[in-house]
Amino acid sequence: MSEHYDVIVIGAGVTGLSSAWWLARDGRSVLVLDKGVVGAEASSRNGGGASHYQSPLFAEEQRLWPMMDDLLGYPTEHQRERVIISVNQREFDHYNYIADMCTAMGWPADKIDGDTARAMVPIAGDNCLGGIHLRFGGHANPQRTVQAYAWALQDLGGRVIQHCPVIGIETVGGQVSAVTTPRGRFTCGALVVAAGPQIAGLLAPLGIEVPLMAGRAEMIVTEPAPLMRLGGVDGNGLYGRQTMRGNLAFGGGPHEWIDTQPEGPRARPTTPLSRSLARRVAEMFPRAAHLNVIRSWAGIVESTPDGRPILDRLDNLVIATMSGVGFGLSPATGHAVRDLVVDGTCSFTDIAKLSLARFAGLAPDWRETAGWLPLAAA
Amino acid sequence: MTRKHDSHAIDGKIAAPDEAHDVIVVGAGPAGLTAALEAARAGRQVLLIDEHPVAAALAGSDVPLWFGGRATAALQAPERLIETLVETEPLIAEAFEAGIDVRLGVTAWGLWRNRDGSAALPEAMLGLADGQRSWTAGYRTLVLATGARDCALHFAGWDQPGVMGALAFHTLVARYDAFAGTRVVILGSGDLALETAALARSRGIAVAAVIEVRATVQGDAAHHPDIAVLTGHRLLRAEGGIDGVERVVVASPDGAESTIACDTVILAIDAVPAIELAEVGGSAVITDPQRGGAVTPVGAGEVLPGVWLVGAATGLIGSRALAEAQARAVMAQALGQVGEVAPLDQPFDRMAYRADWLRALVATSPDTTMVCQCEEVSRADLIGVQPPGYLPRPERLCARSLGTLLEDGPPDAEQVKRLTRAGMGVCQGRRCREQVSLLLAMAANLPPKSAPRGNWRVPVRPLPLAVMADRDHAAAMDEGWDVWFGIDTQWIPYRDIGTPEEARHMAELGGNMHL
Repeated sequence: MSEHYDVIVIGAGVTGLSSAWWLARDGRSVLVLDKGVVGAEASSRNGGGASHYQSPLFAEEQRLWPMMDDLLGYPTEHQRERVIISVNQREFDHYNYIADMCTAMGWPADKIDGDTARAMVPIAGDNCLGGIHLRFGGHANPQRTVQAYAWALQDLGGRVIQHCPVIGIETVGGQVSAVTTPRGRFTCGALVVAAGPQIAGLLAPLGIEVPLMAGRAEMIVTEPAPLMRLGGVDGNGLYGRQTMRGNLAFGGGPHEWIDTQPEGPRARPTTPLSRSLARRVAEMFPRAAHLNVIRSWAGIVESTPDGRPILDRLDNLVIATMSGVGFGLSPATGHAVRDLVVDGTCSFTDIAKLSLARFAGLAPDWRETAGWLPLAAA
Repeated sequence: MTRKHDSHAIDGKIAAPDEAHDVIVVGAGPAGLTAALEAARAGRQVLLIDEHPVAAALAGSDVPLWFGGRATAALQAPERLIETLVETEPLIAEAFEAGIDVRLGVTAWGLWRNRDGSAALPEAMLGLADGQRSWTAGYRTLVLATGARDCALHFAGWDQPGVMGALAFHTLVARYDAFAGTRVVILGSGDLALETAALARSRGIAVAAVIEVRATVQGDAAHHPDIAVLTGHRLLRAEGGIDGVERVVVASPDGAESTIACDTVILAIDAVPAIELAEVGGSAVITDPQRGGAVTPVGAGEVLPGVWLVGAATGLIGSRALAEAQARAVMAQALGQVGEVAPLDQPFDRMAYRADWLRALVATSPDTTMVCQCEEVSRADLIGVQPPGYLPRPERLCARSLGTLLEDGPPDAEQVKRLTRAGMGVCQGRRCREQVSLLLAMAANLPPKSAPRGNWRVPVRPLPLAVMADRDHAAAMDEGWDVWFGIDTQWIPYRDIGTPEEARHMAELGGNMHL
């Protein structure tokens, strides 16, 4: 006899776990299945940014983040606001355009000069031309946050099974009825697929084509620096933050398109790109250039052809990919997925432009057309 | 089909190595020197690098060895130290004479190869650095003779100057002539500990005691008849003042406590194979208790295509002659000659021995004792999977522990590391990774062989941003540089999608919408 859950979520990343937590808060019985451990992939390997003003979920995300520690019951290290500083005129102009764009949307951003920037960011140097101070957004600790979702879900009676890859999805009359795993078969009333790069492979047998390509991205982190007023500082072509411990964690630059296997990435190697990241961090923070880099790492993320999420419901199946930008939005993403599962539609914002159907006319060779091909195939 | 180029992707952007060598040997200990000389004799061009003498600041962070604040000011004068290194190791002069490009004070901090998950490199390469700059070096044959590192275990008072590792002691005494202590207590009684005691005595350093937690001497006592070992003794704590250790308190088998004056405590229980470069280069890592824990599946030999491992890094322990013989055998294979590498004959269970010591030290130290010194993680917080002190500990978090994590699956060292921060400090977990691993195994009732372990990442030595920075970066790297993938439609505000504003944003900002 198979165990039954109201909702099964495939993927214990930040999107899947937030979705599961929202559903459990709603009283649903929820099971999360993952091929590995909680947050082992990109959900715990990212820059921790929470300032994605482009998203329709952003207002809800901004409403929720300040409450998340209390709602989850575990610390996320969420910090408000960001500063983006420039070391050349092109960046300066670019950031100022973004400030105007955000302010016009109702997300106020101050334009700051070099002296103001140096006062806010003591490790910036004489080369800093100024930048913008986002009076919104922020950042949090991805590793702590993803575990907080898992624990909060369990506190509500939800279940997480690690090292349990889904190997088949069963349907009856077009509706998902069960999933099969090496640990047995689980039946469900609804299924949420939030398995990152593995989504396409999981859904292809159902005749559902989800256009995704996996890419590898790298970051570096230094030993701690004295804490700055705002940890959310980036610029110079980098994203990242100063952690509450003081470490400077930054990424950016070229990605590598890679092939993925159904069981997930076999390895997440880094490259000498870390030296280019170090150069850019040292340029941005000349007064921290003496700090030791102590780790680098890579994460594998999926991207859709337009880089925008797919949040969509097909019968009792919900597809959730944030296209490589999922961490910061996760409080709101879970809410949207909960709404899609329970109500069939998102209650707090319009997400119609994030439907899978927008790719219905996509040419089969879209990866070739975009140049999104793994190097081995070149 | 002609492939369209994604200008934001890494394709073609990683430059060829700054230097190209026929053979590179990393590590100028007995195995590395032997390997380099064998290659030179076979007519190969050889670069031999060694990270010693290490910079004083790095030594102060206990990298690469656990120096424990017992180095003299001699570390401030690297030029003089290089002379000392050459004087104390005759094979270095021989290497110079053989025409080998010998570079001391040069660190190999990265090894990159195309493998699963990346095909971005024009060829495999090492990341090298001196104190000022870093560069890359390609090779036809790479020999990793990276030796071993110290194995640290915590006890009450271990987090003060004067508590150090046996390999750091050997390095400071025998290679640098820069040891600042005068009276040592040695923990352990295997060959490593007995040789440590013998070395100390030969240099006029007083050996106040050799302490063994097991009931018998573990090493070749017959070879060191003059070294008395306090067997069956437990170390209760190290006490000291502003300059560090001044005494240790031990308990005899009958429970009697005694105080032993000393300025240094040397942990000589075991050493750990230094597999960092092999692992970041893509080698699998297994746990082999007889070889000293985490090691490459292939010990001595070709661990990755064109990459050969020799010496203590393979898990080999024992005499210098053994290491040299092994290096000769491996190099015969690497050079395409006939060579047979003898399998290791090391029946001693090194992890069980470490575990016995750790259990005894845990029993005598409060659970508030730091396990990770860099991040100040206590044993209680490690096993409780609690966050660092700057974070709140709400009620539900306090109810979490390794025990509750184990309900989700086997212990995962990376997960525990992220939550507690143990091992995430500037020493890169050198002082805590073996004990964290064993403590997690003990708490999960797993044998030492199944202890979960954290992996190594580049840079395998802490490296300043200004040194790691690629100052001669290729223009190709900056072309198309984007914060994140460069998908121009990704950052268009949702409300503007499908409006004239979308086109304006894309024209103004190009692919760098989120710079």
